[in-house]
Amino acid sequence: MKLNNKMAMFALLSTLALAGCSSDDEKDASLTDGSLNGANGIGDASTSGLNGGSSFGGSGLNGGRYGAHGANGLPPEFSDPNNPLSKRTIYFMLDSSQVQQDFIPVIAAHARYLLANPSQHVVLEGNGDERGSREYNIGLGEQRAKSIAAMLKAQGVSEAQLSVVSYGEEKPVAMGHDESSWELNRRVELAY
Amino acid sequence: MNLFKKLVLVSAIGLCFAPSSYAEMSIEITEGVESATPIAIVPFASQGAPLDLSSVVSSDLQRSGYFNPLNPQNMPSRPSTADAIRFADWKGLGQNYIVIGRVQPNGAQFNIEFELFDVAKGESLLGYRMSSSAAELRKTAHHISDLIYERLMGKKGVFSGRIAYITSTRQGAQSNHQLMVADADGANAKAIAISPEPLMSPAWSPDAARIAYVSFEKKSAAIYTQTLATGQRERVAEFPGINGAPAWSPDGTKLAVTLSKDGSPDIYILDLGTRNVTKLTKNRSIDTEPTWSPDGRNIVFTSDRGGKPQLYVVPSQGGEERRITFSGSYNARASFSPDGKYLTMVHGNGGDYRIGVMDVNSKSISVLTSGPLDESPSFAPNGSMVLYASRKGSTGYLSAVSVDGKMQQKLVFDSTEVREPAWSPK
Repeated sequence: MKLNNKMAMFALLSTLALAGCSSDDEKDASLTDGSLNGANGIGDASTSGLNGGSSFGGSGLNGGRYGAHGANGLPPEFSDPNNPLSKRTIYFMLDSSQVQQDFIPVIAAHARYLLANPSQHVVLEGNGDERGSREYNIGLGEQRAKSIAAMLKAQGVSEAQLSVVSYGEEKPVAMGHDESSWELNRRVELAY
Repeated sequence: MNLFKKLVLVSAIGLCFAPSSYAEMSIEITEGVESATPIAIVPFASQGAPLDLSSVVSSDLQRSGYFNPLNPQNMPSRPSTADAIRFADWKGLGQNYIVIGRVQPNGAQFNIEFELFDVAKGESLLGYRMSSSAAELRKTAHHISDLIYERLMGKKGVFSGRIAYITSTRQGAQSNHQLMVADADGANAKAIAISPEPLMSPAWSPDAARIAYVSFEKKSAAIYTQTLATGQRERVAEFPGINGAPAWSPDGTKLAVTLSKDGSPDIYILDLGTRNVTKLTKNRSIDTEPTWSPDGRNIVFTSDRGGKPQLYVVPSQGGEERRITFSGSYNARASFSPDGKYLTMVHGNGGDYRIGVMDVNSKSISVLTSGPLDESPSFAPNGSMVLYASRKGSTGYLSAVSVDGKMQQKLVFDSTEVREPAWSPK
């Protein structure tokens, strides 16, 4: 329990740090204490002050971006399980960035939605399973996200509506270490 | 930047000082050499030192796997001067070597003397006098271990080094990623960067003063370099797409990096002075994970241009790209030994990922570990061990294996996901 509190505090601290550090300067201050010499600078007073805050957990910590453009702000068809727009995760085979047949209608539905809403932006987040090396998996995740981007563009979606980021194996959704988890982690998420 | 922004920034830094020790680490020898050398490290005669140096030395040497220190409870006497050693007693206990020492306060400092003896010959092999502040005593003890190890083993000890690694914890939907730096024995672990978004690929500068790493803190990848002593960091690459896999040139002036700004991921050389990037590999496949040969002439990298990931080499000034691995269906994330004679890599066969070491001349690969999910290998600075990340069940841990595969150490953390270890070059 004590550890959990500590972690919650770390999450809060680092969020604060990121908020404070969002400068455009290239020379950027440390997002946390980076000094090995002076790592004990936090006073107990400020620690307990932060710990007493009530806003741990919940989406508030995630930063503004997802909050503002999150699923809540999207039209109702996005939460209708019978609508292909409710599917915003595309899964892939091992070591492959080829889109499987099953997902073509899903991607087509998103393409239609983006065409009809030209001011709507979507981030294609590529991911992989934990096997193999981490930076190679970053490459693989990007290939997956780019293959979705190519399909959306082929259907007329503007490049300006799309951005691509690869998290490789760094953001698993299933934490197991077998195929049943791996197949869930080899994915591209469409983050509106 | 305006004043208000500056103030926010300063307070954010102020708030983010991390507790000095977060994840506790311990080290288990899981496979030792059969004939570890018996050595008696007699508790040092000490006046007022806040740390028992001899116990740190003893656990360092034991952890190396090559020494078997005598339990102080079984010592017949506790000499602290050469005259007081009765060599016959220690010989009778089967000890090959004996270490004695004294620690005395001298103002704000401590004077430390130690001496190493060959028990059979009754002769002194090594003796040093040094001084240390109270805060530096632990470091001094590791230095003593290095000196003893080098004298007896004929190669440099690695007890004074540090390791960098990434830890990751999740609580519901929240993740917390930390770039940690700890002493080689796991003590003094400190977070040097903390983020709710992934941190990756820590790489030590050749002088061990800085670490380059990848951070997704802005929800896209960027490469930073951070000076350990001050915490000062700089964002050195933030191109569209992948900014990954930083590797320092041996002279510390450049980074080899992976960028995908022009399409597929390729290897680029980033000049840290001018910030110019030069494209080194040109291929439509994934080219990533560069590592410099110690002479700076070549870069080995991972590419899947042949279908599966394999290792390739290219001159660091540009030139022909040649494949160098031909056994195993998957060879990736190479790292050179300090003498440039070996490469360690992730070696995959049939869905199993183990740590391999390749002789650069003969190209033969020996597999050092049992898998199935071993990754991120790198050599200790004396070339004797390979440090890597592994997993058993749901726990990720760090492990070190000797290059001959005979010695294995496990670095155990309390309940946290740990990965991507990197041993400081000095």
